[in-house]
Amino acid sequence: MNIHEYQAKEILRQYGVTVPEGRVAFTVDEAVQAAKELGSSVTVVKAQIHAGGRGKAGGVKIAKNLDEVRTYAEELLGKVLVTHQTGPEGKEVKRLLIEQGCDIKKEYYLGLVLDRSIGRVVMMASEEGGTEIEEVAAKTPEKIFRETIDPAVGLLPFQARRLAYAINIPNELVNKAVKFMLGLYQVYVEKDCSIAEINPLVVTGDGDVMALDAKLNFDSNALYRHKDILELRDLDEEDEKEIEASKYDLSYIALDGNIGCMVNGAGLAMATMDIIKHYGGEPANFLDVGGGATTEKVTEAFKIILSDPNVKGIFVNIFGGIMRCDVIANGVVEAAKQVGLDRPLVVRLEGTNVEKGKQILNESGLNIIAADSMADGAQKIVSLVK
Amino acid sequence: MSILVNKNTRVITQGITGATGMFHTKGALDYGTQVVGGVTPGKGGTQVEIEKENGEVVKLPVYNTVAEAKEQTGANASVIYVPPAFAADAIMEAADAGIELVICITEGIPVLDMVKVKRYLEDKNTILIGPNCPGVITPGECKIGIMPGYIHKPGKIGVVSRSGTLTYEAVHQLTTRGIGQSTAVGIGGDPVKGMEFIDVLKLFEEDEDTEAVIMIGEIGGTAEEEAAEWIKENMTKPVVGFIGGQTAPPGKRMGHAGAIISGGKGTAAEKIRTLEACGIRVAPTPSEMGATLVQVLEERGLLDKCKS
Repeated sequence: MNIHEYQAKEILRQYGVTVPEGRVAFTVDEAVQAAKELGSSVTVVKAQIHAGGRGKAGGVKIAKNLDEVRTYAEELLGKVLVTHQTGPEGKEVKRLLIEQGCDIKKEYYLGLVLDRSIGRVVMMASEEGGTEIEEVAAKTPEKIFRETIDPAVGLLPFQARRLAYAINIPNELVNKAVKFMLGLYQVYVEKDCSIAEINPLVVTGDGDVMALDAKLNFDSNALYRHKDILELRDLDEEDEKEIEASKYDLSYIALDGNIGCMVNGAGLAMATMDIIKHYGGEPANFLDVGGGATTEKVTEAFKIILSDPNVKGIFVNIFGGIMRCDVIANGVVEAAKQVGLDRPLVVRLEGTNVEKGKQILNESGLNIIAADSMADGAQKIVSLVK
Repeated sequence: MSILVNKNTRVITQGITGATGMFHTKGALDYGTQVVGGVTPGKGGTQVEIEKENGEVVKLPVYNTVAEAKEQTGANASVIYVPPAFAADAIMEAADAGIELVICITEGIPVLDMVKVKRYLEDKNTILIGPNCPGVITPGECKIGIMPGYIHKPGKIGVVSRSGTLTYEAVHQLTTRGIGQSTAVGIGGDPVKGMEFIDVLKLFEEDEDTEAVIMIGEIGGTAEEEAAEWIKENMTKPVVGFIGGQTAPPGKRMGHAGAIISGGKGTAAEKIRTLEACGIRVAPTPSEMGATLVQVLEERGLLDKCKS
């Protein structure tokens, strides 16, 4: 799960990690009021959307007085920002972070991430702050320093010092940088982050080490033990169909194509998208109904798929293991009746009770096209939507 | 004949009194697996009664702790069906009790819990499979997990996969072609887990009754690439691959916690390129996993040996 920058900074502040003073604003008046309260000579107006690259897209403005704060807030609120992470449709700005400007001496990069190949959390730091770490990794990998963290003892001060020296944090500020790093690690483990990225980390003219930007992502498997984080979820940032799917415990991801997919199992669901593409079609979604699909779940899945106006046809691909094919077939028939199926539907059933399942589909009177295999089903649906 | 599990494997179910644990314990018994007991803290001293498909009623003892269950039953394997919040603890308890093989089916365990588990297992003699996996089956001998047993057939092909349903798909394609499996191992879809591809491939390479292997990967991480390099250097038996998620958009978690392309890393295209560069034949579609293997077996003159 993603949260906004201002929310991330609030969490960091709770853990003693230094961030600039700032306030969130939902309206122009709130923005001006926030700037007044901050009372700094320079104020930064930052668009809050769940995507990186906001600066380059014009989502970060420096205001020298309250009038400028007003002008920028008016300009940014309601504006659709297009960054390299939003896709071409962009994202509408509905919140602003109004923040004290600071006197930046130098920018660095600091990040915590899971290294899957060793199963450990790694802290990465670089003197190349402000640019994307992937870019630094590709061009100058020698400028990225890493410390692998033993979960039994956590990030150790000497490791943090080693990183601070490696990226040339000024000597007199090393202790502050160490404190920052240890605090960030604490946030990462205590809040079950999946990514914690401070880019840039800055040292300022008045001798502070602080997070100028902050990105925190959270492990959705761990949200059950972090009610406070769950409350930070911003539904405006999520696809409506994905929100609807999550209510029914369906794993759904919207895509750009026109063939709706309903599959059991994540691996098979991905492979189904692939095979549609292989035969020249475009999948409209990823949808895993899971192992315990009921008639209700299948019906909701159908509704979500059909609510996408781009969908011209549906491919149901089920390998019944524990899930029996007759249960799925009943679900499909029930759903198709309830929803009023108006687009071609290809169903491929395999596995437990497959004959019964096929019989139910045949006898339903619905216009359901049966497929013998994944390949057969994919070819049929692709030709039907053309 | 197989790797990891066989007809002599003695299994306990952690979480046996829960609905899921009970359901799949029955499935294992029906298949002929030697299930010897279960663990549910607080229910020690009781018994669960399970009626098999053939009408036979099996009574299994329930223990409060894994250590007690192991001592009383001589179990050497454990399967875990406890909810995600308690699953990491269950794995570590099994390891502490000296269970040799722990198979964790539970989906949704927090990643940082698994980071701790992996650290905890470092100096233990326990092999962990999963979490978030279908389990392990040696056809005709032992089924531990949630896979449908009847699609399998005893034979000589090893299957290792990050995905449950894609494993069934591959197994089904093999069985319908008359090609059996030595053992099918689902290593699971989580980013931090027990056995990785290479660990399983090593066992298949050493197993004298495995003639070839199907390896099914997906987007996210670099385990497939690492496995491909290992295969090139060490494996004498043919390996056929498939990678799911060629059409997956970056930055989105595709159902499995580990199936995510992040920072441009872990794409299917990159994985397929590496596999092919290492001499591994990759099935172009999930429908052709079986056919691709048959093709390779034929070229190597192994088809007759693997068919029955």
